[in-house]
Amino acid sequence: MSTHEHTGDAARDGGYNFAYLDEQTKRSLRRGLLKAVAIPGYQVPFGGREMPLPYGWGTGGMQVTAAVLGQDDVLKVIDQGADDTTNAVSIRRFFVRTAGVQTTERTEEATVIQTRHRIPEIPLKSGQIMVFQVPIPEPLRFIEPSDSETRTMHALNDYGVMHVKLYEDIATYGHIATTYAYPVMVDGRYVMDPSPIPKFDNPKLAMSPALMLFGAGREKRLYALPPHTPVVSLDFEDHPFELPTWEHCCAFCGSTTSYLDELIVDDQGTRQFVCSDTDYCSRNSALQEAAQ
Amino acid sequence: MTAILSVRGVTHLYGADKGCQDVNFDLHAGEVLGIVGESGSGKSTLLGVLSGRLAPSCGSVVYRDSQGEAIDIYQASEARRRNLLRTEWGFVEQNPRDGLRMNVSAGANIGERQMAQGLRHYGRLREAGLKWLRQVEIDPARIDDLPGTFSGGMQQRLQIARNLVSSPRLLFMDEPTGGLDVSVQASLLDLLRGLVRELQLAVVIVTHDLAVARLLADRLMVMRRSRVVEAGLTDQVLDDPQHAYSQLLVSSVLQP
Repeated sequence: MSTHEHTGDAARDGGYNFAYLDEQTKRSLRRGLLKAVAIPGYQVPFGGREMPLPYGWGTGGMQVTAAVLGQDDVLKVIDQGADDTTNAVSIRRFFVRTAGVQTTERTEEATVIQTRHRIPEIPLKSGQIMVFQVPIPEPLRFIEPSDSETRTMHALNDYGVMHVKLYEDIATYGHIATTYAYPVMVDGRYVMDPSPIPKFDNPKLAMSPALMLFGAGREKRLYALPPHTPVVSLDFEDHPFELPTWEHCCAFCGSTTSYLDELIVDDQGTRQFVCSDTDYCSRNSALQEAAQ
Repeated sequence: MTAILSVRGVTHLYGADKGCQDVNFDLHAGEVLGIVGESGSGKSTLLGVLSGRLAPSCGSVVYRDSQGEAIDIYQASEARRRNLLRTEWGFVEQNPRDGLRMNVSAGANIGERQMAQGLRHYGRLREAGLKWLRQVEIDPARIDDLPGTFSGGMQQRLQIARNLVSSPRLLFMDEPTGGLDVSVQASLLDLLRGLVRELQLAVVIVTHDLAVARLLADRLMVMRRSRVVEAGLTDQVLDDPQHAYSQLLVSSVLQP
């Protein structure tokens, strides 16, 4: 297909094992992932490896991707929704070099999508795997610094403090001001941090036909949402969960339904709003040009 | 009348005569029990064991809950114990910083127990917060302030409000007036006495201050070197102490 940057093993560097990690490491990651899938939302510790880039740049997500990637997979990597930013480009190139897999920018053609901060606008389908890069996997960390205590709280379903944070938001700002890493209840059991995706993307987690895997490299935790898992964003009865809305449409494609980034385009502070999902935006624009 | 807390042969020792041993008593609803004794006599260890925080090496602590069911605290599951601790029980720490969440507002501190019990209505949480601030004589306008901006006495009162919001039946207090100056102590004691009578709370209060014990407690236990050396009605123990150590303790109080 023309959108693929590379095909097959041609680009692969033979000096590395397939997808960089050794087979035993990948097997241990898969065991952890199987456990994570079996207990949706539960954080599974794993023996994280050093990756050739710093913590915070997606080492957890890359290890998960390496563990699930096969020779026939088609990989898409996004950073804040964009396929062409530094993090996305370098991670994509990393897997082309170490695994020789095909890559794509088109959401529906990808079998594995590694992401930082977004879920694509185009609906995911059965058979696709989303891999999230997670900085802080523990949703209770902000209020409870002790890890043994947070694990006990998870084990005993002791989640009263989660609403303390939302309460503070309303008391301070008059509404729930948490806009990203918005905590969710998974399958009525575990409270989970959905990684720093905007809360706009939270509804896409619920009952998704795709498998969602989360990897935190620094904290060495894996967790997962199997397909069709109920996921509910926490809220109050009199302050229900709300999606953000914009008064503008995308300056490029005119979309009124996608998640928009605010850009300041000159020294006078002129603002523009554009889609954060570059694949969605460029294809939307192309469709409109074709129609004219 | 059945006791709400029955303690039998409770022992937790760190070394010979360090900790508490062979403590027995019954506590009834609405009753205030004071535990007095010198530093290191095992008062706080005993309180830890009674309140489900420190497993005894032998003996049992049985609590009768609001449904009348008897729960052996250390046989019950940890989930059950935690649930009791944040519903029917309260614990007021000596240092309010240990009992409060210092990084969230006063209102959130008060509301936490109700949120843990599943109340998901901001308006009602807010109402309860304002009501309890008034109850403990803190200006309701300070509901959104952090506890760190409160004085020591206010922090202690906030801690009490945070515990009482779930309408507990049993309250544990560890030196609640420690570190407060005398006038603040007096107003806090006054408040506590009022709340205890009004809400019919059973209280176990640890103190080394006999005046606090005299004011709040119906009954007293005097501890020395891990053992209870004397127990009885407060006035009886303080006015006519029988054990040599109790006599020493009572005679040590300075009369201004």
